[in-house]
Amino acid sequence: MNVNYIFSLLSVIVLFLLAYVGVEAAGFQILFGVIIPYLAIITFIAGFIYRVLNWARSPVPFRIPSTCGQQKSLSWIKPARIDNPSTKMGVVIRMILEVLFFRSLFRNTKCQLKEGDKLSYEWEKWLWLGAIAFHWSFLTVVIRHFRFFIDPVPSCLQLLEKVDGFLQVGLPGVLFSGIVLLAAVIFLFLRRVFIPQVRYVSLASDFFPLFLIIGVAISGILMRHFTKVDVIGVKELTMGLVTFRPKIPSDVGSAFYVHLFFVSVLMAYFPFSKLLHLGGIFMSPTRNLANNSRRIRHINPWNYPVEVHTYEQYEDEFREKMVEVGLPVEKEIAPTISEEKE
Amino acid sequence: MPDDLFKSDELLSKLDPTPPQTGWMDTPVQIRKGMYCYASNPKSVEYVGLPNARAWNPLDDDWKLPENWEEIIFEGFRERLDRFRSFKVFMDICVRCGACADKCHSFIGTGDPKNMPVLRAELLRSVYRKDFTTAGKILGKLAGSRKLTLDVLKEWWYYFFQCTECRRCSVFCPFGIDTAEITMMARELFNLLGLNIDWIATPVANCYRTGNHLGIQPHAFKDMLDFFVDDIEDITGVHVEPSFNKKGADILFITPSSDIFADPGTYTTMGYLILFHFLKEQYGFDITWSTYASEGGNFGSFTSHETMKRLNSKMYAEAQRLGVKWILGGECGHMWRVIHQYMDTMNGPADFLAEPVSPITGTKFENAKATKVVHITEFTADLIKQGKLDLNPGRNDHLRVTYHDSCNTSRGMGLLDEPRYIIKNTCKNFYEMPRNTIREQTFCCGSGSGLNAGENMELRMAGSLPRANAVKYVHEKHDVNMLACICAIDRAALSVAMEYWVPDVDVTGVHELVGNALNLSGQNERTTDLRSEPIPGLEGDDGE
Repeated sequence: MNVNYIFSLLSVIVLFLLAYVGVEAAGFQILFGVIIPYLAIITFIAGFIYRVLNWARSPVPFRIPSTCGQQKSLSWIKPARIDNPSTKMGVVIRMILEVLFFRSLFRNTKCQLKEGDKLSYEWEKWLWLGAIAFHWSFLTVVIRHFRFFIDPVPSCLQLLEKVDGFLQVGLPGVLFSGIVLLAAVIFLFLRRVFIPQVRYVSLASDFFPLFLIIGVAISGILMRHFTKVDVIGVKELTMGLVTFRPKIPSDVGSAFYVHLFFVSVLMAYFPFSKLLHLGGIFMSPTRNLANNSRRIRHINPWNYPVEVHTYEQYEDEFREKMVEVGLPVEKEIAPTISEEKE
Repeated sequence: MPDDLFKSDELLSKLDPTPPQTGWMDTPVQIRKGMYCYASNPKSVEYVGLPNARAWNPLDDDWKLPENWEEIIFEGFRERLDRFRSFKVFMDICVRCGACADKCHSFIGTGDPKNMPVLRAELLRSVYRKDFTTAGKILGKLAGSRKLTLDVLKEWWYYFFQCTECRRCSVFCPFGIDTAEITMMARELFNLLGLNIDWIATPVANCYRTGNHLGIQPHAFKDMLDFFVDDIEDITGVHVEPSFNKKGADILFITPSSDIFADPGTYTTMGYLILFHFLKEQYGFDITWSTYASEGGNFGSFTSHETMKRLNSKMYAEAQRLGVKWILGGECGHMWRVIHQYMDTMNGPADFLAEPVSPITGTKFENAKATKVVHITEFTADLIKQGKLDLNPGRNDHLRVTYHDSCNTSRGMGLLDEPRYIIKNTCKNFYEMPRNTIREQTFCCGSGSGLNAGENMELRMAGSLPRANAVKYVHEKHDVNMLACICAIDRAALSVAMEYWVPDVDVTGVHELVGNALNLSGQNERTTDLRSEPIPGLEGDDGE
């Protein structure tokens, strides 16, 4: 048993109980429906900005892109414009591919020793696939939820939901993104548990967000398909939040509050955890810089003078030996010394 | 090769990547013979004025640290977080997905989980969390944080001197986290406490004083090149005349000194001499060598950014003193990481030099416009493309060549096709190693970043496994017998690695191939190659 994931699982269970008991038994609807969500969103936004600005405060003294393809050099050699960009445009495309399609992770290989002495590197697509499925479905779910914060619901969101519900199973219809999200997050959890190396490096803070997101997804699905939450009531609450006229509708059920609480915790946790890789990837100097440091001088704001060993010092030490083998010197050997030698 | 080192098949069979039962924070470091480098000679540390020069031994309990060493590390850590966004971001955003784990030659070859790039970085991150994040302060181990203790410091030292800063992990990391960057910071911290290794510290001191890592003094440097001049005359019948410290030469040539000193790098140097002689004879192109800036490599970069800058300064200083137009850089790995990604920023602007143009072909090296240093394979590839060299690749027919991309020139620069173009034009038989082991995915020789010592041979041979294994593949499939590269450390390190893993394969520099193929006016029959070995098919009547 691994203390890291047990602890994370227990934390999420405690969070669940807090919200459930808080609403069911103690009647803290205002706390869980209004106060905590407001605090969470404030923490999310302020924390996110603070952390990104904090990164930005440190300069990028050197231009250190990881070059993943041919450089731009001689006119007849074809450069890898994206994997080794030499222009801003190339960098932008490289970043788009990284951020939206996980370009680098797509390269992933699995190294295995075969027949006792042959190393093989096979394309390992599952991590990439799991990650892509997870992030894109998460994004879809987030966007889908905007219908709770906008009234009337814009047609693009309605269209998204229609596409998302293409399976046309059940009523209300099963949304593809929710299923994919749950499946992907469980996959990411399982690989963390079953791949020995990944398990070995995993911290509690790697399992906690996974359990939390599993909690978010399950409570969401539960609400939509099983407890059949009062959607009108939910929208009343969420519209109240965005218009700063919060109110608690009478009957939305505790599943909703659990869901909302999980999301609130996730948001508040976000800026202070590894989840901030969302912001960090934009700041990564090995990806967001063009490989043009020999063409355009990069400035280091804290560049300072250093002590060097000058040519004069060098020649002073070795002048005689240099003259002896006919190496040119700046200063001829002083006559007194040469006389002494004679 | 040390006598007590395992044979290669033993090393392979005892390879076991299963992590230990105990968590990594609870698995104390064991500094093991064969896996670490000796501590720095205090004289070397003192010569360049670096901190805490004293004799110490990594195997001793007492490392003779300054009294306030924790404070020094804490302040040093903070300063580097403030100075390097890379460091700060890389401390924060890793999600521990593990994509980097089996990309590292150190991990593949040793199976030690602390050689997974992610865990190597976590060694540092755990202390970062404790000292610089609120969650880490409060939650302790649950947030993956731990206090810096002497044992932790020793663990850092052991493992950050098992990373060769090859950057292969950064190619696969979805956030571009570059362990080389993290290792560089860790080694800067070690330097603050005087925890350098001698294989780095002494070359640094030598380079500072004599201009090169090996401590070759000016007269000896000239003597050594003169020795090659004699060899070339024996082999080709042509007397070449290199110039030294010559004011008003067209360009200054700088290359790693180990190619002047040790085989097979010396043959590459002979290749340079032949090429430069040809260019002077045919086109009047005047290239000079410098004894003051007689080192391309920069072991300062394995010590600290400051030391890197101090050593690198000689290149521009010498170019300015000699009044050359621009600088031509020889075949070397980390030398080129420094030139390409650091030099101009650190020691520029080089406004006293001209934008590099090849006077022979008229080609403008636009990509080197600001730094004004051209890579010799860029230069030679251009010469070949424009038909300016008289080549007879037949003299390389006996070689079946594959090409090893150096870590630094591939992942810190993208110099991939220039050397290949030269190889393909100087020899007939060229075979690539498997795709996942070349170009930006190339594997380290296992001895980069100053780990090319004798006492850590087990580490080096383990680290060279992935590279050697790919060579073995083409050796078995295509009968490859020569491994070409453009790095002086590669030439030294891969020679040993080949001897260990694939004994039938030799190592060559790309310009050795050029030297073999290039026709000189007035040359003799040229029945031997630059190694003075008879060329099959060209030797005398029966050739034994």
